[in-house]
Amino acid sequence: MGWKRKDLVSMQDTEPAEITEVLDTAESMKEIATREIKKVPTLRGKTIVNLFYEASTRTRTSFEIAGKWLSADVINFSGSGSSAEKGESFLDTAKNIEAMSPDVVVVRHKAPGGPALLAKHLKCSVINAGDGAHEHPTQALLDLLTIRQKKGHLEGLNVTIVGDITHSRVARSDIHAMRKMGMTVTVAGPPTLIPPACQDMGVKVSHRLEEAIAHADVIVMLRLQHERMTGGFIPSLREYSRVWGLTLDRLTQCRPDVLIMHPGPVNRGVELSPEVADSQYSVILDQVTNGVAVRMAVLYLLAGSKAA
Amino acid sequence: MSLLLKGGRVVDPASGLDVVQDVVIIDGTIARLGRGLKPPEGAQVVDTAGKVVCPGFIDIHVHLREPGYEYKETIASGTRAAAAGGFTAVACMANTLPVNDNRAVTDFILAKARVEGAVRVYPIGAVTRGLKGQELAEMAEQAEAGCVAFSDDGLCVMNAEIYRRAMEYALPFGTPIISHAEDEHLAHRGAMHEGLVSTELGLAGQPWAAEDVMVARDILLAELTGAHVHIAHISTVGAVRLVRDAKARGVRVTAEVTPHHLLLTDEAVREYDPNMKMAPPLRTKRDVEAVLEGLLDGTVDCIATDHAPHALSEKEDEFGACANGVIGLETAVPLLLDRLVRGGRMDLSTLVQRLSPAPARLLNLPGGSLAAGAPADITVLDLERPWTVEPAKLRSRARNTPCAGATGTGAPVMTIVGGKVVSP
Repeated sequence: MGWKRKDLVSMQDTEPAEITEVLDTAESMKEIATREIKKVPTLRGKTIVNLFYEASTRTRTSFEIAGKWLSADVINFSGSGSSAEKGESFLDTAKNIEAMSPDVVVVRHKAPGGPALLAKHLKCSVINAGDGAHEHPTQALLDLLTIRQKKGHLEGLNVTIVGDITHSRVARSDIHAMRKMGMTVTVAGPPTLIPPACQDMGVKVSHRLEEAIAHADVIVMLRLQHERMTGGFIPSLREYSRVWGLTLDRLTQCRPDVLIMHPGPVNRGVELSPEVADSQYSVILDQVTNGVAVRMAVLYLLAGSKAA
Repeated sequence: MSLLLKGGRVVDPASGLDVVQDVVIIDGTIARLGRGLKPPEGAQVVDTAGKVVCPGFIDIHVHLREPGYEYKETIASGTRAAAAGGFTAVACMANTLPVNDNRAVTDFILAKARVEGAVRVYPIGAVTRGLKGQELAEMAEQAEAGCVAFSDDGLCVMNAEIYRRAMEYALPFGTPIISHAEDEHLAHRGAMHEGLVSTELGLAGQPWAAEDVMVARDILLAELTGAHVHIAHISTVGAVRLVRDAKARGVRVTAEVTPHHLLLTDEAVREYDPNMKMAPPLRTKRDVEAVLEGLLDGTVDCIATDHAPHALSEKEDEFGACANGVIGLETAVPLLLDRLVRGGRMDLSTLVQRLSPAPARLLNLPGGSLAAGAPADITVLDLERPWTVEPAKLRSRARNTPCAGATGTGAPVMTIVGGKVVSP
């Protein structure tokens, strides 16, 4: 058991067998959440540093809970209010943290390639918790776990990802991971928010929401960042919401067993109407629950299973 | 002081010569060529049998960083790198601190080069004051002081009217305007070429159109003003096509290409290696083929390195935050000899033409010829010399090479400037 790899930086360089191993391990971790005493000794004596250079509630908390339930010591380090603001370089900060012998560094950074840089320079394991518009591998893994639980399998399913693909690390990790698991991926959004080279990643591209979601087994709605308007990507939130927002009315044209997912945080009334977010189709909170299990699995596979 | 280079293969594209001959150098000038020449009295005799004797290579696009950024490179270290790489002359860009936008800075560079330089140094003046793209620099005085061209290289002069005025103003000096063609809005701070690789890496990309738009504009302005516009570091299919068409129409436009744009694609960025980051960015295989084709058919006039030294700390960070640019003076000739000449893509005489007479003619510089009476600037090559790029052994102060660890065969082995051996 356990992974040969030292780090989890991207889904692009992860093998299908490794993905399956995370999902299977996560299934066995889920049970811990149902116990009265939510703690197993698996990572006792191990130190995990959450190195978050970007604001994050969900992901950081999820990693923290995952580490604590596995009995690791978890330290949170945020980029603001620390040495980063005193001009220390990212790499220097990381090397200083490594000098304190952590076993795993979980890193979120606005720069694509930030975690890869740490993985190259640090001897401990590095987990990418989101790097700019590059990847967010544990999000893709928890998405897969949620889909597998609801649908019973992954292969052959149609997934449509809707919204700002250009700036989305979730979209990139999902595309790689889902294609590796034999799923068909369609991306949909206004052309300004879909990279011209997207098709070369092996996905279908659609510029019409109705067409893109008609045959989907799963719809992943992405958060629209408000700053995309000032960048000239879309004219207004109002227009975006009217053209690309998912409403109950639009859902009636979808498959009756369609799943609605969202990596959060949701802009209610922009990409998702509140009725859809709270509907029977929505598995958004299952995703959050599964996030802890997936992160426990990843931490275990990287740090826990080798010492044994 | 005289020198006899004995028994080398003399390759002199300017005269069409490619024969085994001796070369006699007296008082810094080529005295005569021929077979079985006697050494002049007191002459040093160098056995060049089995080697290639060429007119000295000229790199018209380097950043020597002095004054102001001596922690990256100095005139002393940069010209030593040039000498080791087979270059007998370099033209240095104006983005120093202070900017070379006035006579005092030009004078300083030339004075420093006279004392500490290992090869000839030709300053390039700024087009606009402080490289700000707003007001013309004092080009007349700078030309008089010795600037051989004008460029805001590193930045694009976005205001077309200012650029037009610069072209007109420089007409009497006979100095080309060198364009860094990169529309800053379209480039949108893109750290690499926009394509599949940038999309997968999540890095902001800049499209080929950011370069082509400006090449097209500058060709039109050259046509309007009659100025000689030289396109620096051409890198796209479209830009090569634009220059080819403009030349056919008789527009005074020329172009250079770097070794990295001839040899590398954006696939090299996959590992987020900051030593693969430069402006313009590494493009696609189609672009690499197009710039090579342009170089072969003469659309692209010459090869220039865009030697851009940076300190380690400026290149060991997140890709997006790292400085643009790579060094090239010591690796260009070995790479080109191995990958292009040995690789069968280009014959030796064409390569020598693109490295010596072509750049000399572009900037109206002495050199580029082995004819009797020409300055004795000579590069000697050993086409059988194996090499490995070891960053720690480079003469440059910088280590930001995109080809660390590369190996090949064929390298410069001796560099002579004004009859004096400056390397090894």
